[in-house]
Amino acid sequence: MVVASPMVTGRSRVIARTQVLVPTFMRGRIALISGTVLLVIIAIGCIGAPLFTKYSPTTIDPLNPLLPPFAPGHLLGTDEFGRDLLSRILYGGRYDLAIAFGATSVTMVFGMLVGLFAGHFGRPFGTIAMRFVDLVFAFPFIVLVIAIIAMLGPSLLNLFIALWVASWVSYARISHGRTVSANGYGYVVAARALGFSRLRIIFRHTLPSVLPACLIFAMVDAVGNVLLGASLGFLGIGIRQPTPEWGSIIAEGQNYILSEWWLSILPGIALVLLGVALSLIGDGLADALRPRDSR
Amino acid sequence: MQLLFYLGKRIGQLIPILVGITVVSFVLIRLVPGDPALQLLGNHYTPQAAALVNHNLGLDQSIPAQYWLFLRHSVVGNLGMSYYYHDAVAHEIAVRFPATIFLIAFAGVLTVLIAVPLGTISALRQGGLVDQGARVFFLVGYALPGFLIGVLLILLFGVKIPIFPIEGYGSGFAGHIGHLFLPAVTLAIPFSTVLVRSLRATVIEVLGTDYVTTAKLKGLSWFTVLRRDVLPNSLLPLIVVFGVNLAFLVGGTVIIENVFSIPGLGSLLVSSVSTRDFPVVQALTLFFGVFVLAVNLVTDVLHVSLDPRLTLKAV
Repeated sequence: MVVASPMVTGRSRVIARTQVLVPTFMRGRIALISGTVLLVIIAIGCIGAPLFTKYSPTTIDPLNPLLPPFAPGHLLGTDEFGRDLLSRILYGGRYDLAIAFGATSVTMVFGMLVGLFAGHFGRPFGTIAMRFVDLVFAFPFIVLVIAIIAMLGPSLLNLFIALWVASWVSYARISHGRTVSANGYGYVVAARALGFSRLRIIFRHTLPSVLPACLIFAMVDAVGNVLLGASLGFLGIGIRQPTPEWGSIIAEGQNYILSEWWLSILPGIALVLLGVALSLIGDGLADALRPRDSR
Repeated sequence: MQLLFYLGKRIGQLIPILVGITVVSFVLIRLVPGDPALQLLGNHYTPQAAALVNHNLGLDQSIPAQYWLFLRHSVVGNLGMSYYYHDAVAHEIAVRFPATIFLIAFAGVLTVLIAVPLGTISALRQGGLVDQGARVFFLVGYALPGFLIGVLLILLFGVKIPIFPIEGYGSGFAGHIGHLFLPAVTLAIPFSTVLVRSLRATVIEVLGTDYVTTAKLKGLSWFTVLRRDVLPNSLLPLIVVFGVNLAFLVGGTVIIENVFSIPGLGSLLVSSVSTRDFPVVQALTLFFGVFVLAVNLVTDVLHVSLDPRLTLKAV
């Protein structure tokens, strides 16, 4: 009977959150398509922000503070400084998208490589690397990120550094597990017997069975990173004012939650939409990348 | 006796991680750019004063010697002095810990109350209304940042329909429950998404086992089978899932305490970032790491002692 050793429990933690439950009527290909469409719309809106709004997100207009949505000239109204809310949300989304992709892609590639090499070379390199992964896992993720930002000083770059340092370990664990099982597969054993170089085996033979799991997890991880980035912006220790980031816009709006609730709720909806888009893509990818026989 | 042996073995396995946690917390404070003496002295900086501060903090010694000093101090609970509060960090933590542990426990109970019925029903009626509803709820719930749930709950139940206090910790047990209800709900919603998913999978697995089929064939009522066979076997693994995901709950607490102005460790951590109170951040990192490790140990031991199938000899 197997009992939870640190390795086993650790892996089950990753498994527990590699995917988000998606309603069955929108699973598989529908999830992938609807998620991608939603993400593309958000990305076009944010990257092409100047096309959709003529206001700068930081220009103050003291004559028009706290306009409600659909006010003339301001589709979503203005905040307490008269800044256009639509342009703040669109420009601000650039930072959230940057966190989603910039932070996640780096940790995915690095963690995946560590897992691949650790799984291939075993002792002593692999063991040491995976013990280090266990160690980073011992800390609550948010506490570690906040602690690193605290020491380096709050800034966008340091937020990225903190996310990189704290979150590559999940990928290392997933990729290590897959690599170790792939080592027993016939084609990897055959490739070894044929005397192929280590690098060829790792990248040509092992990587294809490691990459899908990492990609699927990356979507859930991207949601987590965006939420964390926004939470830190909300607490004022991530991206600093007056930079419009969704979390910090929500935090500013909280002062007016009784009367002008849309100042917080609208950027909140944007945040949720981005998260739902990424979750749907993750579910669609999981369905598309799963081997045919195990569906 | 066997349990004691198992406990000793698990603690032995945890020691390397424990040492690692102290190394990380020790290294962390060295990431701070610049001279710690300058941070501490501010306008009163003179080379002599700096030398004295460095000597008092042990910074004039070698790095391994400094680490040894840090370790010896940590073991006896000396976590340094706060720059901001001019007080022992350990004291500051001890004062604020009850609010945090209360919130974590409360959120844990609420999570179980949400997750167990939802996970069981969605497994029993796969694809049914509850299953689909739960999936929609969790698709959105996973993408909803905790602080936004908090803000929404404050708006709804603190302001529009003012039935709950929206900030602080309250006094007395009833006061704590009242004050921490909304924060605990805020934490329980995202955390239950994790538990429902794993519980649903376990219940589906248990429903397919031979003993459940046997119990059904014996003519036992559906409810009896559920109560006597399905739930006990599904809920045991949940203890482990709960334990390993505890870090997720603790992380959420750090953010939510700030939304509801609860005087706990999370609000201490965040305020220490703005006041650049490095010893507090270092001590809290160490404390949270050890705390999560300890709770994991407890859940593991609980799982082993509750599940009669797990023989401790094989462990």
